[in-house]
Amino acid sequence: MRCDELAHRLSEVADGTVTLPRSQRRHVEQCLRCQAEIVQYRKVLRAMRAMRTELLEPAPGMVADVLAHIEEAGERTAIRSIISNHKVAYLGGLAAATAAGAAGAILVAARSRRGRVRLAS
Amino acid sequence: MTPSGQTSREGRSPSGTDLDALVDAAREGDSAAFEELVRRTHVDTYTLALRLTNNEEDARDVVQETYLRAYRGLKNYRGDAQFTTWLYRITANCASTFLTTRGRHRHDDLAASGDIADGAADADVEQLAQAGDLRSRLDEALEQLPPRLRAVVVLRDVYDLPHEAIAAELGISVSAAKVRLHRARHKLRAHMFPETAEVEARAV
Repeated sequence: MRCDELAHRLSEVADGTVTLPRSQRRHVEQCLRCQAEIVQYRKVLRAMRAMRTELLEPAPGMVADVLAHIEEAGERTAIRSIISNHKVAYLGGLAAATAAGAAGAILVAARSRRGRVRLAS
Repeated sequence: MTPSGQTSREGRSPSGTDLDALVDAAREGDSAAFEELVRRTHVDTYTLALRLTNNEEDARDVVQETYLRAYRGLKNYRGDAQFTTWLYRITANCASTFLTTRGRHRHDDLAASGDIADGAADADVEQLAQAGDLRSRLDEALEQLPPRLRAVVVLRDVYDLPHEAIAAELGISVSAAKVRLHRARHKLRAHMFPETAEVEARAV
């Protein structure tokens, strides 16, 4: 068993998420280098966990900025919705006008055909 | 990273039960309750954002986007996880999107990423041991980590998010998240204990 065969598992051994099989465990028990690595990983992990208790203070005004951003986004959404409502109304009107025009044209065509039939008879 | 100020979490971080009532009210459309939620959680959210982006201005942008998404998604928050954990996940997702958009990952491909510059290895080891403590070496090592690796190791080892949640928020597979975690820890250890890294390098 060589140390580099185990190297990728040592940080998981240190955080307790992996239990090595017996042959690997035996190697670690006899290998000072692997043991030292595990100890170092434990120190890294402990230092990382300690960071959890620290807070980094933002510059003042962050809450106001956050709320303003939400409000702005809300306004943008409202404006977009108004525009899209206008678009719907415009397209609806256009469709209605087209339909009315087509109906009118059909009516005129039908009348003129009826007139021609009467004249012919 | 040059934080505006560092304080202890003790007594500053709201507990889950403190926030539950506010979350319920905010979900019902109470904007004052949402404002109070922002007030109580923003330092925590900013801390994570700063750790992920490593830049104060970027962190502020990420925080703004996080709360906007939280505001819009509050109705979908089912309360399975703590509200703060839910916020961490949104923050991680926003930071990932933000850094990708900014092109910060240009040279950070996992397959191609090289070793971090190890300035400490050149320094006098004894002097380093005397002058810098473990924590300052950790800060330095984190700063030098590529953002993709930093995100995974911070979310896992500082914020204790499960691999699955990290993978989901960063848009990667669980196995990729595990590989990145291993690489990140290895780089941190190599930076914090340069004397060992040097011995290992010589042995290879």
